Amino acid sequence: MSDAATTAANPIPVTVLTGYLGSGKTTLLNRILSEDHGKRYAVIVNEFGEIGIDNDLIVESDEEIYEMNNGCVCCTVRGDLVRVVEGLTRRKGRFDAIIVETTGLADPVPVAQTFFMDDDVRSKTQLDAVVALVDAKHLPLRLKDSREAEDQIAFADVVVINKADLVSPEEIAVIEATVRRINPHAVIHRTERAKVPLAKVLGQGAFDLKRVLDQDPAFLEEAAHAHDEHVCGPDCDHDHHHHDHDHHGHDHHGHDHHGHDHHHGEASPIHDVTVTSVSLRGGELDPKKFFPWIQALTQEQGPNILRLKGIIAFENDPERYVIQGVHMIIEGDHQRAWRDDEKRESRLVFIGRELDADALSAEFAASAAHQRADA
Amino acid sequence: MPSVAAYDFPDFVETALFLKGEPVFALADGTARFTAGGERTVELHAGGLLTARLDPFSDRLLSGGEDGRVVALSSSGGAVELASIGRKWVASVAGGPKGVVGFASGRTAYVRMSDGTLREIPHGRTVEDIAFAPKGLRAATARYDGASLFFPATEAEPVSLDWKGAHLAVFFSPDGRFLVTAMQENALHGWRIEDNKHMKMTGYPAKVKSWSWSAKGKFLATAGAPAAILWPFGSKDGPMGKQPLELGTRGNTMVTAVACHPTDDMMAIGYADGMILAARFADGREALLRRDGRGPVRSMGWDAKGRFLAFGTEAGEGGVVDIAG
Repeated sequence: MSDAATTAANPIPVTVLTGYLGSGKTTLLNRILSEDHGKRYAVIVNEFGEIGIDNDLIVESDEEIYEMNNGCVCCTVRGDLVRVVEGLTRRKGRFDAIIVETTGLADPVPVAQTFFMDDDVRSKTQLDAVVALVDAKHLPLRLKDSREAEDQIAFADVVVINKADLVSPEEIAVIEATVRRINPHAVIHRTERAKVPLAKVLGQGAFDLKRVLDQDPAFLEEAAHAHDEHVCGPDCDHDHHHHDHDHHGHDHHGHDHHGHDHHHGEASPIHDVTVTSVSLRGGELDPKKFFPWIQALTQEQGPNILRLKGIIAFENDPERYVIQGVHMIIEGDHQRAWRDDEKRESRLVFIGRELDADALSAEFAASAAHQRADA
Repeated sequence: MPSVAAYDFPDFVETALFLKGEPVFALADGTARFTAGGERTVELHAGGLLTARLDPFSDRLLSGGEDGRVVALSSSGGAVELASIGRKWVASVAGGPKGVVGFASGRTAYVRMSDGTLREIPHGRTVEDIAFAPKGLRAATARYDGASLFFPATEAEPVSLDWKGAHLAVFFSPDGRFLVTAMQENALHGWRIEDNKHMKMTGYPAKVKSWSWSAKGKFLATAGAPAAILWPFGSKDGPMGKQPLELGTRGNTMVTAVACHPTDDMMAIGYADGMILAARFADGREALLRRDGRGPVRSMGWDAKGRFLAFGTEAGEGGVVDIAG
């Protein structure tokens, strides 16, 4: 049910905050609740215990994962969020935004999917961003012993590397390279004692198809170069380490308007990373070829696809088409007209496991509107 | 032509109903409003009210709130705290025979017995809803992958009724022979209690969040579609193998609230655009009870004789329709 009568005029933004115990989530939440920013936040937590502030908009909620009975194994929602968000959003103007805290062991995907799959939640809220806090000191260990830590980074729009003061510049460079390798497209902030400015984690609009790609023209470019924004203490003298990506200019059957970049991060001392990303780039696509492909792909490989995002130039379409996905859920919409000074090209990024870059590249190329042989 | 006495409340109306002839509106802000003879406000829950339901056994309104309290409101405006479980949300309540009250929070179902003792029935998954059978002290809870049936006065283990998926609401048929749940997957599921026979009631484009049994339990009327969907429960097999009746079909909006007339085979249908129609089962004939408004109709309730209908919307509009004009 998403008809106009039930859709809120101003959906409430929701920030999902992930991170292991000790990563600084509670410190950050306490700041969000206590700082003088003129906004009211409702915070959904797993346990009241850790939050030091008494506030009637803190809601305790047991993580409750519901697998949708529709034959799709990765179609899961957080039942507790459906209930709590429904309760919180009935009264207009009570607060400005919702923050969902998840435990270190939580899978962020059902949380995010709740905001796409439940019609009631979807009609009243808008997922703003998934923010992952990582503890610079303990990340290597976390990546060794759990898949969740990696998932949280892979799934995040914003990664805050906290406790940067507790490790050496060399160590932090490795940590950052590791985060980049898992997720080349996240915005990374370094901080200590969770002192990241709230404006860098809230109100990001990372899931807003209309906004994200416009305000962030470098999105889907080589993110390491475009996104670094460090929040450093006065003593910080770390080197701004960027690792280079290999640029493969694959020449598929002679049509030169297509290429793809694999993000093979440089050798990292942490070998426990299983998430990869594949960036594809091409010219105008044929919607009759592209949609059946992307739908079949997400149906078949959805469980391995954590996130996908893209801007597509369709043949004879004056508007940019933007698309994003979480596992098997994909959504797309026209965003705005292509500007005269813009190159009409299509870009698509996958973050996930067991992605076959060459197959994806070939299939993407096969969606091209016109298969040219000229140089 | 029916006449409408309209009220403008400051908040979302969770429940609109009659208590012994008095129209009462329970608001999400935690208050109840009595409108007859000048508006009176009764404070029920600090912080906010999450649920409010008629207790059909005791003719009172039971409510649960963000303050972890369960409150009973009588037609005289007296509010009594029945239970308080601390800083947890109470999102479902139900009235049972002899003043027994059930409610749920997290993975625990609570039953407050007639003598005031509180029984806790732990569940493996979140208890989404609780309901009492029309006869005997028997209760049911809705949860992930099914429903549980139990006798709160005994220590016997709950009986599990299994069906895959997330069950969000539960209620018995008026004759107590059927248990029905509303699911996350835009469907109802039913069990015939005597033999656990399943009934799948599907085809809804939205979640079913409002339901109402018609006079003598002949039909179960439901929201969640562009029409009111009425499943025939008159025969011993319930709706098994039967098509539902559809009333008040509209192409551009959804039914959000239903209330069957207490004596006649007709019902009130509330829509997402705020309109309310009356529709007759026999021939589908419709009559306009209220024009559209600012928000979806959330709740409707008839008085015992079926002349007045109280309604409330998500935008805080409320009113009483006199169908005799």
